[in-house]
Amino acid sequence: MNTSTFSLTRREAMRLGLAGTAGFLLGDRIIAAAPPVKAKAVIQIWMWGGPCHLDTFDPKPDAGADFCGPLKSPIATNVDGVRICELLPLLAKQADKYAIIRSMTHGNNGHETASYMVQTGHKPGESDAYPCMGAVVSHFKGAAAGYKGLIPPYIVLTQPQGRFDEAGFLGSRYKPFATGGDPAKTPFVVEGVVAPGVTDERQVARRELLHNLNTFNHAAKGDPRLAALAQCEKEAYDLILGDAGKVFALAEEKDEVRDRYGRSTFGQSCLMARRLVERGVPYVTINYNGWDTHKQHFQTMNRKLPELDQGMATLLQDLSERGLLDSTIVWWGGEFGRTPRVQWEPPWSGGRNHFGNVFCSVVAGGGFKGGYVVGASDQTGEAVAERPVSPTDLIGSMYDLLGIDTEATLPHPQGLAVKVMPAGADGVTTGGRLREIMS
Amino acid sequence: MSARALSLVIGTLALAGTVRAEVEAANPYDTKLTPTQISALDQLVFARLQRLGIQSAWTCSDALFVRRVHLDVIGTLPTPEETEAFLADKSMHKRRDLIERLLERDEFADYWAMKWSDVLRVKAEFPINLWPNAVQAYHRWIHRSIVENKSYDRFAREMLTASGSNFRMPPVNFYRAMQKKDAEGIAHTVAITFMGARADKWPDERRKGMAAFFSQLGHKSTAEWKEEIIFFDSAKPVEGTPVFPDGTAAKLTTERDPREVFADWLISPRNPWFTANIANRVWSWLLGRGIVDEADDLRADNPARNPELLRYLQAELIGARYDLKHLYRLILNSRTYQLSSVPRSTHPEAEANFAFYATRRLEAEVLIDALNQISGTTEKYASPIPEPFTFIPEDQRAIALADGSITSSFLELFGRSARNTGMAGERNSRITPDQRLHLLNSGHVQKKIEQGPKMQALLRSNDGLKKKTTALYLAILSRYPTNEELKVVEGYTQPEASAGADVAWALINSAEFLHRH
Repeated sequence: MNTSTFSLTRREAMRLGLAGTAGFLLGDRIIAAAPPVKAKAVIQIWMWGGPCHLDTFDPKPDAGADFCGPLKSPIATNVDGVRICELLPLLAKQADKYAIIRSMTHGNNGHETASYMVQTGHKPGESDAYPCMGAVVSHFKGAAAGYKGLIPPYIVLTQPQGRFDEAGFLGSRYKPFATGGDPAKTPFVVEGVVAPGVTDERQVARRELLHNLNTFNHAAKGDPRLAALAQCEKEAYDLILGDAGKVFALAEEKDEVRDRYGRSTFGQSCLMARRLVERGVPYVTINYNGWDTHKQHFQTMNRKLPELDQGMATLLQDLSERGLLDSTIVWWGGEFGRTPRVQWEPPWSGGRNHFGNVFCSVVAGGGFKGGYVVGASDQTGEAVAERPVSPTDLIGSMYDLLGIDTEATLPHPQGLAVKVMPAGADGVTTGGRLREIMS
Repeated sequence: MSARALSLVIGTLALAGTVRAEVEAANPYDTKLTPTQISALDQLVFARLQRLGIQSAWTCSDALFVRRVHLDVIGTLPTPEETEAFLADKSMHKRRDLIERLLERDEFADYWAMKWSDVLRVKAEFPINLWPNAVQAYHRWIHRSIVENKSYDRFAREMLTASGSNFRMPPVNFYRAMQKKDAEGIAHTVAITFMGARADKWPDERRKGMAAFFSQLGHKSTAEWKEEIIFFDSAKPVEGTPVFPDGTAAKLTTERDPREVFADWLISPRNPWFTANIANRVWSWLLGRGIVDEADDLRADNPARNPELLRYLQAELIGARYDLKHLYRLILNSRTYQLSSVPRSTHPEAEANFAFYATRRLEAEVLIDALNQISGTTEKYASPIPEPFTFIPEDQRAIALADGSITSSFLELFGRSARNTGMAGERNSRITPDQRLHLLNSGHVQKKIEQGPKMQALLRSNDGLKKKTTALYLAILSRYPTNEELKVVEGYTQPEASAGADVAWALINSAEFLHRH
């Protein structure tokens, strides 16, 4: 048996479900031999709040108005047989670059617990809190892999999410660097890196003043904590005054490029993410909020989906044109989906609630094959019909492509031997790794 | 004045300023005077230092003391007025008197409730998931216990034996504030909280024996959203055989909640874990490192650096009927605590044996409060998640925040405790390049300096440079500037508008401000 078993045509892939399950059963032994490393970086588009699967990548036009509301006319994509929401026309033209997973499930409807499960791949209720994927990747692709450079290996655009502790037991050193500021504004004021109104001359002068007034430093020479402070200061100034910080200067990009991404905060965050990955940053999260649509759901979709469409479609196309898509995973998704049956009654008056039983994720690049659909939900999007995929399956697949061994040990503050994400970490039996879309 | 006369003065009198100048050390942090008596506690510390051949630091100067003791006892910088009044005070007992005043301040309860909320995992969000209402109830109970100076054994027992609603009976939240809520998970949490022991390193049998005491805990929900009742469910069978962690078997009766049986064993003065753990925690809170280090890792193969010292503190605590303020007084008034942070020994064991006061970076909450106090600014704390949203008054100080998951990128960046497990190591006060960037160059800090009303009043006053500089030093570093420092400031040539702001910026970014020392 060899991997060629899985070189399905697109049309075959469309009938997946079964093929996917078979792929898993056969695949386990194949991949057990160290898989080739395809991906160097991840751009995570985190749909904070939980985007509705029906109104994005898993439309159910036949389910009727109680489920679809006004979004009942999905559009064809550039992949035969795959349709997505009519408000995503640009993404429809990029469908050959991504795979849609329509059978994500974990069954939890609480934002905080679901976020933890989707971003760590671990089930809740353990005695420890595990780090999320960004922290794990920044460990293996960052310090442990000799990542150098002043730009932190795990960056969040622009605000941390705050629903759980991203670093878990790894501790605050592994937290993401949150840029703050707004990339849609000029300049993009990255907290700490860019200080508008302070010239480089003044930076240099006041730094010298600081050194001259540092009486305590002189008295307590040799204190390791003061040495650490001095080292951090040096690194900080290398970023403030050196060239590395210019990665955040979005104005360096042509207007035409910036326009293509859309001048929204999200669009410019996508462009920023591309620039960071280009410079070798292994993990970038775009925290894209506003998807927790208990009320005014369809109004919000009308407003936000075009923004998502433009930013994400351009990102995929731009990465592909620059030859970066092969080594960059783009991962789109939130903590859960939303109740397929629209809540028309007050106080919701056309809203959707949390829904952990079924939701969608989208993955592209870094070794994931485009133009595929994995799994399926039932006719109304209320249950998984084929090939359930747990967050553990998805994250495990990404780890495989990144060359991160899920049985490897993570540094633990109490010295416990804790593995990244051993088999069965989610405590459920699902379809396993997404071999059917991994090249 | 002859040397002999001088030593006489030192021995008997509070010193006048003129004499003081002669004995003042080469830096603003040390004094060669010895304003405190050697206590029984000091004898234990100094005897060991002598055995190891380690020279202790000089005693800290008054200026250093006033800042240190404010930060350590109330998590708050002294105001310039408080600093000046203390420095001018000629009383021989001024340090002791200040300690007494601080122990009665409102901020004392705020700050120590913050420390306890780390240990007791007070947080609305994952993985603790207490939810906002219960967070408030739990935190208020902890805070009130500190205001009332509840004895420590009662404090522990009330939590361990609590039953009732998480909203109406706040100490039951102890049992809810953990990710793994089965009997073993509870045993694990109780061990780390009250015994400073890491049960994952125990033999299986011991862990299971302790878990049995918690196996009859019941949970039920009510009609009110997120309300939960914790109770003794006698219908549940006891899982396994209840054995105390010291190996003695326990006898349970059907009427009595086994948690009470465990609590009585735990808080008994004969139980060394209970008092060793708290005495060690208190010591590490005040001196930055435990006699056993880390502070919550008590086990046979991680012995105390100075076992006599730990035993002494335990005995004092028992003698004082678990009054924690007795321990605070004992430590704060000791010469050991009042040593300077400038070491006089490079011996590798000097710090672990308390030969000087170890510098530590200010905790996230203390740091932001200090910046706000200096500049006259506030922070907006709110939590849009989870529901119901939490809104907090503008003038709320960070040390008084109840919820460890309140949204604040500053507190996140500066390593507030994650409150996931309650372990001491969850709070990280090590400096990182990201933190340095923020302090040196963020709009957040720059705005406080350039727009904060208090800082602006100070920078724009018509006072001369020397007076302004002195005011900045008192506000930021809680001391007067030295002549050398005044000269440096005079020599700083930048446009007038930015020169003052840059001096403030430099002091805020100095190691002296960023650390307690």
